[in-house]
Amino acid sequence: MIPVWAQLGYLAAAICFIVALKGLSSPKTARGGNLIGAAGAVLACVITFFAYDVGNLGWILAAIAIGTVIGVVGAQRVQMTQMPQLVALFNGVGGGAAALVALLELNEIVAHGEDGGSALVALIATAFTILVGSVSFSGSMVTFAKLQELMTTRPVTFPGLPVLFGGSLLAGVVLSIVLVAGPGLAVGTVLCLVGLALGVLLVLPVGGADVPIVISLLNAFTGLAVAAGGYVLGNTLLLVAGTLVGASGTFLTKLMADAMGRSLFNTLFGALKGGSTLGGGEISDRPVKSAGAEDIAILLGYAHRVIVVPGYGLAVAQAQHTLRDLVDVLGDRGIKVDYAIHPVAGRMPGHMNVLLAEAQVPYEQLREMDQINGDFKQTDVVLVVGANDVVNPAAKTTPGAPIYGMPILNADESRQIVFMKRSMRPGFAGIENELLFDPKTTLMFGDARDSLTKLLSAVKAL
Amino acid sequence: MTTEIALLTVFILSVFTGVEVISKVSSTLHTPLMSGANAIHGVILVGAVIVTGFAESTGGLIVGLAAVVLATINMVGGFVVTDRMLQMFGGRKAPKKAPQESAQEGAA
Repeated sequence: MIPVWAQLGYLAAAICFIVALKGLSSPKTARGGNLIGAAGAVLACVITFFAYDVGNLGWILAAIAIGTVIGVVGAQRVQMTQMPQLVALFNGVGGGAAALVALLELNEIVAHGEDGGSALVALIATAFTILVGSVSFSGSMVTFAKLQELMTTRPVTFPGLPVLFGGSLLAGVVLSIVLVAGPGLAVGTVLCLVGLALGVLLVLPVGGADVPIVISLLNAFTGLAVAAGGYVLGNTLLLVAGTLVGASGTFLTKLMADAMGRSLFNTLFGALKGGSTLGGGEISDRPVKSAGAEDIAILLGYAHRVIVVPGYGLAVAQAQHTLRDLVDVLGDRGIKVDYAIHPVAGRMPGHMNVLLAEAQVPYEQLREMDQINGDFKQTDVVLVVGANDVVNPAAKTTPGAPIYGMPILNADESRQIVFMKRSMRPGFAGIENELLFDPKTTLMFGDARDSLTKLLSAVKAL
Repeated sequence: MTTEIALLTVFILSVFTGVEVISKVSSTLHTPLMSGANAIHGVILVGAVIVTGFAESTGGLIVGLAAVVLATINMVGGFVVTDRMLQMFGGRKAPKKAPQESAQEGAA
């Protein structure tokens, strides 16, 4: 039993976490909320060292030092464009840690028997933590590989996948029951391996555009694994913190899925029904209209109303600053210019806001989809920079397309559309965009930064 | 059995709290919120420290230390990266802030 002062300290840490989550849901308090959460976590760790008679102290402190260096360096070095995969990675290692903790506790139970509380419930919680923690670990690694484009971003399916997935799930449940009936480290280890396989099979069929939803879901999974781990250890703080993340993560997953017009079930299992293979991801050789910087400068320079649709390609080319310069010059010519921000522009909900904030684009120019979608009809030119799926009309017109049902920006309703693209390669969802072949569409090929720089000087020369 | 009921009560109340506190989040903040929540479950570090502290075999110690390293990466990296994201939101709001608030931020 841990001392009362430590329990009170844990309670304080739990309150910090609640305040942190509350703070993080409003722009004004977000940064403070995050710092309060960090303070709570540090408090909890310090208390643990004093409340428990922790052995192997030197080793543990060294391990914490190593983890801190890796975590800080990773978090500081990462490009803002690569943020989503880093979150996936951090989430995965957390799930892995939970699974390892449960395995060690299982070893302890096998050796000494469960101390305090019901052995049955503790074993169920142990099995749950091992299984779900492993799923979260391997699933997050696959999402990382997809976002980092180490593997294809298209849904990966093969004929036996549903059977294999169902079989693994069944194996996981059966092994959990075996573990509860007769605890043993061997069963625990096999359960861990089954969990790893399940995580991979769960994420493989998910298309690139849906990956953020899966990260959020796996985040909730890790939370629940941590909560169950807290039960096993009889540690209320872990139980509260894990449950908070599990519950808020599940709810956030639903919010995200709603923002993208997707049901969670479709996100996870849509590809298994065979719908997502549409389009084939091949590069079409149909004719498109392309033009140079001077022609497009004339289009933009003599427009009255322009809407910019920024996408991930803009961020990859690090062209946010050049784009802002161009918008400023157009503004000086008396043209009304806004940025239309799709909820999932970039790689994650809110990702594009982070990227444009980095380039110090004024907040007032950033318009959310619902605010601006009615304006496209009165817009002379829509400038799409490095975006694709978020203006793809297939979301409205082609049932069965991976993005069907996702709300899109109505760029197709404006008078002229200019696409800045590196190539005819399809977007992250891996499907062709009919809008590229529309008669009112003009393409400008090249790296977004080069193209914008050329365009900027051409507009200045008008 | 009272311990189980107490823990179950804590669990259920935490579920409702978790949903309630984030129910009004704007889509702009989905990414930082996810990242912040992600950092919070890094507190599994507490569990990793406890089990490693009681590890008796070399194998157990190695597994435990691996858990400690992973959990620390999750916790520390998670909070740092969330702060980096939110820093950018802060920058463009600076002019709207009350003067003493900006001064405090400068000091930090």
